[in-house]
Amino acid sequence: MDPYLLDGVDFGDVVLSVAKAILAFVICLVATMFMVWFERKVVSRLQNRIGPNTSGPFGILQTLMDGIKLFFKEDNIPKEADPFVFRLAPYLSLIPAFLTFTLIPLGGDFNNGNDGAVTVFGRETFLQVADPPVGILFFLAMSSLGIYGIMLAGWASGSKYPLLGSVRASAQAISYEAALGLSLAAVVLVTGGLSMNSIVMQQAGEGFGGIIPNFNIIVTGFIPFAVFLIAGTAELNRPPFDLVEAEQELVGGFHTEYSGIRFALFFLAEFMNTVTMAAIIVTLFFGGPAGPAFLGSTLGWLTGMFWFLLKLLVFLFAFVWFRASLPRFRYDQLMSLGWKLLIPLSLGWLLVLAGIRVARNGDLGIADSAFGDTLIVIGVAFAILLIGMYVLRSAMTNARRDRLIAAGFNPREVN
Amino acid sequence: MTITPDETVTDPPRALRTPEPAGGQLHRLPRLNSVLRMSEVQAAELADQPLEDENDQTMLVNMGPSHPSTHGVLRLMLEMDGEIVRRSKPIIGYLHTGMEKTGESLTYLQGGTNVTRMDYASPLFNELVFSLATEQLLDVEIPPRATWIRMLMCEMNRIASHLLFMATNGMDLGAVSMMIYGWREREQVLRFFEKVSGLRMNHNYIRPGGVAADLPDGWRDDVLFLMDMLPPRLEEYDILMTGQPIWRERLQGVGVLSPEEALALSVTGPVLRSTGIARDIRKDEPYLAYDEVDFDVLVGSYGDSYDCYAIRLNEIRESIRIVRQIVENMPKGDYRVQDTKVTPPPRTRIDESMEALIHHFKIFTEGFKVPEGEVYVAVESPRGELGCYLVSDGSAVPYRMHIRAPSLVNLQCLPHKMADGLVADAVASISSVDPIMGEVDR
Repeated sequence: MDPYLLDGVDFGDVVLSVAKAILAFVICLVATMFMVWFERKVVSRLQNRIGPNTSGPFGILQTLMDGIKLFFKEDNIPKEADPFVFRLAPYLSLIPAFLTFTLIPLGGDFNNGNDGAVTVFGRETFLQVADPPVGILFFLAMSSLGIYGIMLAGWASGSKYPLLGSVRASAQAISYEAALGLSLAAVVLVTGGLSMNSIVMQQAGEGFGGIIPNFNIIVTGFIPFAVFLIAGTAELNRPPFDLVEAEQELVGGFHTEYSGIRFALFFLAEFMNTVTMAAIIVTLFFGGPAGPAFLGSTLGWLTGMFWFLLKLLVFLFAFVWFRASLPRFRYDQLMSLGWKLLIPLSLGWLLVLAGIRVARNGDLGIADSAFGDTLIVIGVAFAILLIGMYVLRSAMTNARRDRLIAAGFNPREVN
Repeated sequence: MTITPDETVTDPPRALRTPEPAGGQLHRLPRLNSVLRMSEVQAAELADQPLEDENDQTMLVNMGPSHPSTHGVLRLMLEMDGEIVRRSKPIIGYLHTGMEKTGESLTYLQGGTNVTRMDYASPLFNELVFSLATEQLLDVEIPPRATWIRMLMCEMNRIASHLLFMATNGMDLGAVSMMIYGWREREQVLRFFEKVSGLRMNHNYIRPGGVAADLPDGWRDDVLFLMDMLPPRLEEYDILMTGQPIWRERLQGVGVLSPEEALALSVTGPVLRSTGIARDIRKDEPYLAYDEVDFDVLVGSYGDSYDCYAIRLNEIRESIRIVRQIVENMPKGDYRVQDTKVTPPPRTRIDESMEALIHHFKIFTEGFKVPEGEVYVAVESPRGELGCYLVSDGSAVPYRMHIRAPSLVNLQCLPHKMADGLVADAVASISSVDPIMGEVDR
């Protein structure tokens, strides 16, 4: 909980909350605008083009111009569409995107055991709109809700391509949310708390040897991060997982029938989600506003903001880079990647982490010391992981062979 | 929605189809029923019918004519079971401009401007095949330099066309950067064309009797610059696509065509070669001077979209090889036949001689008369066997002109390549056939 809310709520606290919400709203919008420009500019350079360069310096106002243009475009609702749901869907997509952003700690000083609180008008507060105790679960809930917008948009358009897009969206969301949640569970396991602030605080400490930071990417052993990055990209419907709006297959996917400002809302939500997802990755695995501890906090509470923006930009660039260089997955490949690789991997890794944690507490008593326990547990866990992987692989190979034989292929040719 | 087959052609629904007995003749064409035989009227009637059977869950989707990945105005009627394409029917004619009929009212010298607009991605091949047919009717021998210039330009055009394929294929599979890279390299080739013929596309450069103009000064440097520039760029494509796991997953085993199917559907070009049949007119029935240059015919082994892609990528390399040989061996001499019946007098003579002026005027207004007869000439265009059938009644315009367009014929294999694949595979299949709609509809 935010410190200023602990000792009862007075009028000043309410004003502060509202001010924070408005500020976050503005930051979110500006960040989204920047992201659209950033993506277009970077992807242009990667593709040997110049990109937007007319509106404002370096074309930075291009997004604003596009927004104004779309706002004045005709708002067309197809005859076959369900008008209410058709109108509702863009908001269902946009509002969760906004709400997720409120969770993110944007800055603050986390060094030397500080909890990142700053003093504003005599009140101690975190640089995040809200720090609910459910924290990261709220993010999962919102990202699931965001899919409703896409799903309903496709369904309500009363057209075939959007329908296919929305079916893809729901299937993709279900498959990848599991992997997302499981890799997130690894973070929660090592943190011991769900609130975003505690996740950041836990990572702020001095790590191994005082140089290597205590970031979760190292503490959880990289694999949850890799799974989270892939599943997060899929959750965002960004390339190479942009099947929901695969232009070459489904024309525009779920937003084929949308025009004008309603389309702009979807567009906005998508880029807002991108920024938010990058911020979530930074917070969960790279310590968010907490920089490497040995560098200290020379800029005071601005240090946190500096580190946060730096890390955020790296991931935003990575998302753009994916888009510029990777072909799109096919629907069944996407499903098999999610179900056959990411989910078993993150589940197995979670078990390994849990085993190690139990062993380090020294409660097992297999060996004489807690260190001996840890070694044994790691050995056993990896053995189980490998056996499990082998069993899974052979099960999948057999299932595939059976399917091919059932489909009429020659059993000798199928391997 | 229930789909009832056409009365005249009774294909059982795919779900009810039993596999053909092994060894039977039809077994060799496993996807005989992949073509959706249904008229527009029937489809429209079906749309109004209530759902009769719970188990019959296929839906009809029109892909195109204005769909981002149908390469122009191809329209495909797909019978889809969820994401899976069961049967399909390519519908053409949205770009029909009656070029073949127009060709009957244009003189042989004007004919080039007409045919060059058919396959707009490889216009020089259209001009070449038309010129070769006309020359065969006229029975003129063109000078060696003209032959080699034609070969040079055609191979460059093959490079440009395959680069365009690289671009669109990349785009269709979601590798959007590839689109820009492909266009970028193609643009360099087109710049050379502009230098030679004055136009980037639709050149009317190759004409009956030779070529329109000699190669400009410094052409050798321009060509060698291009040939040095392209191989490293192709290596980049290899990094970006060939070795890319997602790319391989997307193309390998997708849109497989068996050699029997390919032959039965008279597929030609890279799509035929991808099935393992080494058919290349340049090698089998050499025209121009292809028997004097050294190059390999590339064949695939699986007949899938990946083979189509790999063959085209490596055909660019083969073309580079051919172009290098042409640059070395380019003979000196005339760039067009010195037959006053076919060739207009040079520009400088017009200023000096009244007869030359009249002659020039007559050739461009009335054209030249071509002896009676009929002829079929085929060349290997980037898309396959491009043939020209000309019938002359002895006048200055063809009595009948027919172009055997490889894109049109290759389109036949689309339902077979797409059957039982996903929508994404359908897009990959369309892309690997690489149809040019201008050529399909003519």
